[in-house]
Amino acid sequence: MTQTDFLYLMPLIILTVAALVNMLVVAAWRNHKIIYVITAVSFVAAFLSLFELRGITAYTIDPLFVIDSFGVFYIGLILATSLLISMLSYAYFEQREEQKEEYYILLILSTLGACTLVISTHFASLFLGLEVLSVALYSLISYLRGREHSDEAGVKYLILAAFSSAFLLFGMALVYFSLGTMSFGGIAAAITDLPTLPLLLLTGFGMMIVGIGFKLSVVPFHMWTPDVYEGAPAPVTAFIATVSKAGVLGILIRFFMEVDGFRYPTLLTIFTIVAIASMIAGNLLALMQTNVKRILAYSSISHLGYLLVAFLAGNQMGVEAITFYLVAYFITTVGAFGVVAMLSDTERDAELLEDYRSLLWRRPWTATAFTAMLLSLAGIPLTAGFVGKFYILAAGVNTQQWLLVSMLVLNSIIGLYYYIKIIAVMFQQPEAEAEPRERLRPSIYLASVGTLAVLTLLLVLVGVYPAALVDAIQNIFSSAPAFVAK
Amino acid sequence: MILLWMIVILMAGGLLAWLSKKWHPVLPRWIALFAVLTDFILAVYLWLSTPAATLGASPWLVQLEIPWVPQWGVNFILALDGLSLLMLLLTFFIGILAVLISWREIKVKTGFFHFNLLWVLAGITGVFLTMDLFLFYFFWEVMLIPMYFLIGVWGHANRNYAAYKFFLFTQASGLLMLLAILGLYFIHGSQNGNYTFNYFELLGTTLAPEAARLLMFGFLAAFLVKLPVVPFHSWLPDAHSEAPTAGSVILAGLLLKTGAYGLLRFVLPLFPTATVEFAPWAMLLGVVGIIYGAILAYSQTDLKRLVAYTSVSHMGFVILGVFAFNEWALQGVVMQMIAHGLSTGALFIIAGFLYERLHTRDIGQMGGFWAKAPKMGVIALVFVMASLGLPGLGNFIAEFLTLVGSWQANNWLTVFATIGLVLATAYSLRIMQKVFYEPAPTDHPLADLNVREMLIAVPMVVLILWLGLYPQPVLDTATPSINQQLQAYQELEVKEEKVAVVEEKAEEQSIKQTKRENTKVPL
Repeated sequence: MTQTDFLYLMPLIILTVAALVNMLVVAAWRNHKIIYVITAVSFVAAFLSLFELRGITAYTIDPLFVIDSFGVFYIGLILATSLLISMLSYAYFEQREEQKEEYYILLILSTLGACTLVISTHFASLFLGLEVLSVALYSLISYLRGREHSDEAGVKYLILAAFSSAFLLFGMALVYFSLGTMSFGGIAAAITDLPTLPLLLLTGFGMMIVGIGFKLSVVPFHMWTPDVYEGAPAPVTAFIATVSKAGVLGILIRFFMEVDGFRYPTLLTIFTIVAIASMIAGNLLALMQTNVKRILAYSSISHLGYLLVAFLAGNQMGVEAITFYLVAYFITTVGAFGVVAMLSDTERDAELLEDYRSLLWRRPWTATAFTAMLLSLAGIPLTAGFVGKFYILAAGVNTQQWLLVSMLVLNSIIGLYYYIKIIAVMFQQPEAEAEPRERLRPSIYLASVGTLAVLTLLLVLVGVYPAALVDAIQNIFSSAPAFVAK
Repeated sequence: MILLWMIVILMAGGLLAWLSKKWHPVLPRWIALFAVLTDFILAVYLWLSTPAATLGASPWLVQLEIPWVPQWGVNFILALDGLSLLMLLLTFFIGILAVLISWREIKVKTGFFHFNLLWVLAGITGVFLTMDLFLFYFFWEVMLIPMYFLIGVWGHANRNYAAYKFFLFTQASGLLMLLAILGLYFIHGSQNGNYTFNYFELLGTTLAPEAARLLMFGFLAAFLVKLPVVPFHSWLPDAHSEAPTAGSVILAGLLLKTGAYGLLRFVLPLFPTATVEFAPWAMLLGVVGIIYGAILAYSQTDLKRLVAYTSVSHMGFVILGVFAFNEWALQGVVMQMIAHGLSTGALFIIAGFLYERLHTRDIGQMGGFWAKAPKMGVIALVFVMASLGLPGLGNFIAEFLTLVGSWQANNWLTVFATIGLVLATAYSLRIMQKVFYEPAPTDHPLADLNVREMLIAVPMVVLILWLGLYPQPVLDTATPSINQQLQAYQELEVKEEKVAVVEEKAEEQSIKQTKRENTKVPL
């Protein structure tokens, strides 16, 4: 490795060092605040180091990584999201009995894994990144061991994730067996002349889709999602819903664009079925829930379905739409789980619809922020979610995917119903004046409140003036020719 | 710039009203009143300074264009013509009334209430002004959410159900319109490489008949649900009857008009051939709506529900007129939008006054109020008469013009539509009889209108009389933009006329008129 390689990998190195430093500090002196500050500072530092890499053309570190503007943008997105989640975590964990410090180490590690994923161009680095992400998540999910559903969620995720990793590995092995290469570029070169995929290769790709589909929690690999979302602590749920999915989606886009998988109708059919099934199943199942975390879990399944609609557009506009939607969706999801985290008390998370009854009367600002988040998830104008959904619809209409587009519209309407249900509960008039619940020192909540305020403002800003973000995203793809439709 | 200010004043006023609740409980009301009043004055100023319409001049009075999302060809275009101006005047007038009638009625969360009220008005203002289809959809949705909250938080007992239904119906139909907008956008872009949502540029898009039909149905979905036309009307009685008075007034007076406005502004000029094909069906739906709404109105016992169904009936005239494609009918439609906004708004306000006093909307428990509350009785009489189309009041002009226009397009359907007027007499008189003339079931005293209430009611009476006795200023303001909407059809007719001339030369004007209708059928 040369010195320039180090420079280009700086964000990953900062994260690695931060994890190590945290471990040493924990060994020497347990203090929640110090660990928290180190974590936040390292996220910020890693994020700032990305500015050095702005506007670069692809820089390859053979054979594992390529750092291009696409990767830089996704790393930036992941780091920013992780930073926001760590901000929300402080107040949440401050009121727990458990030891809090290791949480941050695991958070950094899994962020590192997600960052590695989005710049991989080789099966080895792909698998490495994915496992770093997943292994850290195993323990994050069951971090609050005393909780009722915590072990169930952790074990469920462990078994299913390991299982899906096995599928992924087997798929990779099959691809390697038939093509003799594991780098994306090599695979692309080997299959350019194939009009159809041979059975063995198709099986390999199919098994990889199973592995990837599990991480993305699309139907029919979604069974774990609601239980894990419910059992995990609220900030961790936010992390699973955003960062881990961004990493996997990033690698999926990169791989598919590189090998131009859109040439093969079989693969397109598989993704079309998955997309439609995810939208419908996610939304219909969400209708029946009374637990806010489970509603958000099912809604995330359907949102992944929406993203696949843009993915299936298979052109630059589609990838732009995905990227835009991810930004909007991350702001929204982190905000929504941030509200859940903020309302949680020492014993359990605020996850039942009952906890939100008449919230507008008890805590008007929190209720307003949550309403904004839910409206954004439903894709209502003035919020980022609307512009994202518009972008996806535009990408779909542009490539005349009428079936997918009409499914998306139908599902938006179904989705509306359960988002509105939560809002309606929050806006109900209270029957009796509720006792104000006891809260920790208000200063602890400063970080959470600040983060929520920032997220809400961002949500409206992106919704009202999307031009800046659209411009930034279009710039990425103009300097990353690999992603322009072939 | 003045157009942008109108929207900004409402939105900023809304935010300020919300925040000002902390400082003083009455402040939100005054801020809201002041904001709407300012806008009303601006609109009146615009109207008075409008030059008299000259033939052939551009109908656009004021225009504003700011790039918004240039990458997608989205521009912040606001433009005002006579039609928009009339709609704005109506919007702000009804807005003022909505603030005034909530003065006593709304007691909880007043800050948030006025925020929602002003934002609904801002959304409606945007819908009436914008000439960019992306922005149009944007405002279309902006007026939806605050309305949902108005119904869902301050409504009557069954408010949650009504709010849900309203929201789902309008949102679902709105999304179909969004798809149609996108379809139009990409078809236009692929033709000349200019991807834009600009209304003026999209007007010239040439569409294949099949595409035009599909896109038209996308737009129609949104507007017919909002209007509402009969199979899609079921959200309306619930929403209208459960909303607080200000909500009902805005729903009936303004939100329904956005549907009619959308038909005039977008469906007619964008899809001239597809609409002609669809016209007989649309007119049929209109007639079904007129009669069905009237029959259902007659059988209601809930006063607000009754008035809500009269809206269904009256809106039938709108769609009947729009799809007649001639100036008479469209003038009638514009008059109907204004007159119905006033008269139905007034009836809802009276229902609100009664509810405040009696805490019931059940007609069975009312009666004998003519003696107890004579002022209220007189005002109710005026608007009931307006609703049944008594000459001298605005609705008569509207319905007369619409029927004259639609007669030229389709004789038989017009005959059936006229039956609606008879039914209107029946249900309107039933209101008067049940509420005011019949002997009282109970002997409770009923307070007559106080000064604030008179202040609300009297201007409406004056306006509806003015519309009925001297409608010329309104017609003059609307004429240029109506001709603009009909341009595509006049070109069509010119072509047909040439054919007619070749067949039989030199015919009298009146015969030619009927000839046109005859040649229109095979299209």
